[in-house]
Amino acid sequence: MIFSAKELGYEKLNEAVRNTAGEIEINDCFGERFVGCGAADKTITVNGTPGNAMGAYLNGATMIVNGNAQDAVGDTMNAGRIVIHGNAGDALGYAMRGGEIYVKGSAGYRAGIHMKEYMEKRPLIVIGGSTGSFLGEYLAGGMMIVLGLNTEEVPVGNFTGTGMHGGQIWIRSSSKPEKLPAQVCVEQADPQEILPYLANYAKLFGVSMETILDKPFYRLSPNAKNPYKRLYTVN
Amino acid sequence: MAINFLYPDYEVVRNADRCIGCRVCERQCANEVHSYNPELDKMLSDETKCVNCHRCVTLCPTHALKIVKNDHTFKENANWSGKTIQEIYKQANTGGVLLSSMGNPEPYPVYFDKLLLNASQVTNPPIDPLREPMETRVFLGAKPAKVQRDANGELVNNLSPQISLSVPIMFSAMSYGSISYNAHASLARAAQELGILYNTGEGGLHEDFVKYGANTIVQVASGRFGVHKGYLESGAAIEIKMGQGAKPGIGGHLPGAKIVGDVAKTRMVPVGSDAISPAPHHDIYSIEDLRQLVYSLKEATGYKKPVIVKIAAVHNISAIASGIARSGADIIAIDGFRGGTGAAPTRIRDNVGIPIELALASVDKRLRDEGIRNNVSIVVGGSIRSSADMVKAIALGADAVYIGTAALLALGCHLCRSCQTGKCNWGIATQQPELVKRLNPELGYQRLVNLVTAWRHELMELMGGMGINSIESLRGNRLMLRGVGLTDRELEILGVKHAGE
Repeated sequence: MIFSAKELGYEKLNEAVRNTAGEIEINDCFGERFVGCGAADKTITVNGTPGNAMGAYLNGATMIVNGNAQDAVGDTMNAGRIVIHGNAGDALGYAMRGGEIYVKGSAGYRAGIHMKEYMEKRPLIVIGGSTGSFLGEYLAGGMMIVLGLNTEEVPVGNFTGTGMHGGQIWIRSSSKPEKLPAQVCVEQADPQEILPYLANYAKLFGVSMETILDKPFYRLSPNAKNPYKRLYTVN
Repeated sequence: MAINFLYPDYEVVRNADRCIGCRVCERQCANEVHSYNPELDKMLSDETKCVNCHRCVTLCPTHALKIVKNDHTFKENANWSGKTIQEIYKQANTGGVLLSSMGNPEPYPVYFDKLLLNASQVTNPPIDPLREPMETRVFLGAKPAKVQRDANGELVNNLSPQISLSVPIMFSAMSYGSISYNAHASLARAAQELGILYNTGEGGLHEDFVKYGANTIVQVASGRFGVHKGYLESGAAIEIKMGQGAKPGIGGHLPGAKIVGDVAKTRMVPVGSDAISPAPHHDIYSIEDLRQLVYSLKEATGYKKPVIVKIAAVHNISAIASGIARSGADIIAIDGFRGGTGAAPTRIRDNVGIPIELALASVDKRLRDEGIRNNVSIVVGGSIRSSADMVKAIALGADAVYIGTAALLALGCHLCRSCQTGKCNWGIATQQPELVKRLNPELGYQRLVNLVTAWRHELMELMGGMGINSIESLRGNRLMLRGVGLTDRELEILGVKHAGE
């Protein structure tokens, strides 16, 4: 089923998407919000630029964006896959609990804040370019990978992983990320264990594995899962 | 060894003539105050551990026990109270932030106690609820601005989704994790029987309670624990928690020690890992962002559920509420500075926020002045202690009230304010299985039903006395209120006259 967003507006567009099963293609998307909110069992291809909160609470659907995405993609996403053939805005994958997001280009501020995992549910975000500050703050679980394919600098901003108490952040960079908060441990690591995700990225966006593997990878992990334990005294 | 400067707050008084050495007190006290010494053949007490929860006192078969306030005292000082001195000792001992629980106990004014209700005399008759119908049902949600008709003159249903309550009371948000499975079971079942709603809090919804969905508010807080599409669809309404009266401006932290078994499963976080709710929602930095979250929740649930935005009562509350009323939210919940908590830093609980009475009066007036009062319903909490407080709140402009502490008291809480230790002897604020089973949900739910039923009767009596037979006629009816001992400024904010006027 093919919809033109231009003729519908976001409420009608999303209602149409909710009521349609299978393959959906949305053309002329120009900032319509909440596309694919909570969707399961369907594939949604968006041609254009979807608005904020695309794929929020996504529950198993596949979403492909041929263009850039705006803020809050995959907010509190539960399952499914989002592939963005462009850049993503701020607050990408906030509080994500499962599923995977692949961004060809860069992401804005606050990507992956407070992602969490439970048993088989482990959210994954792979970003090909660089990110703004506050990446993975309060990270409680899951994995973020930032490849920095567009830069020679460390591809993350300030305050990466503040309050982190679970999960991992992998950063591809010629030099070791510095100035990390006290809650974060950083070490150079063999990307062997993330190869399947890197291969997915390479395949989705037509980038060679040689290019991806030509720089060292650093793994950020929390130095405790109970960072606040010693903060309080019973009154 | 360093000297511990702290002297016990309480004294356990054991009447040796009455004590039969049955050791019930020892078995019942999770704080391990009581012990039996076989050499002396005597029960002993370690009062340093006593929190004055009355568990032992209540269960002692011979009434041999009582807990009294220790009269051990510091040199009298009107500035440095014993409490203040002890808090300094605690911080000097540990370097920790003082952590307390339940609502602000400090002697700030309680405005409900300075408001009096009206009654009919001679000129308009009171109504006897025993012989005349009395409407206590309320509907929460946005009300349409006008009647809409289609081209054929037929009515268009433009009513937003509503919550229907048999009485204007709901059980406020208390997460599974902060309180026990049996406490949630009691609240859920009571809500169903009473035709009202309870609130999951931010710890997710246990699978056993999904069946109470029609009487459940599911909460979405900054930690987004246990939030997924199925969860959002399980409830009758969705509440976005922006703030809490006991700790405005800060987040939550359920320590790893309480993340056990089903709590971990329901929150969907690993066992033993801290569950941190950040202070802000990091996707909400403005009213526009809030609107985005409100609408993403509506989109995800097909516009079938009202969305509540809960905020703490703070200084600019009316401007904030005005923004929320324009955000697409259906209901605003405001939590006053006396609201309860499972754990909050003492200094924040006791010093941040404003009284709910003033916040409510100010918000109701602001929304009416701006012509947007019908965009939203207003629910208030933060120490509604009785049906009289509820009636006064409704007369100040509330559509309904949230009760938390009162509900826990009904379940057996003795307000010892030690929830943060996780060793609640009454089986409420604990996850230890042997303590949880002390709260029997079969009895607990019945006590909650009793409490709310009694308040409903009192509500009808109070309304009837005022000559009002419907809750709708009471809402915002400030003529039914008079202040006593309040300043002109306080009366102006409350929008009520002084008694005698």
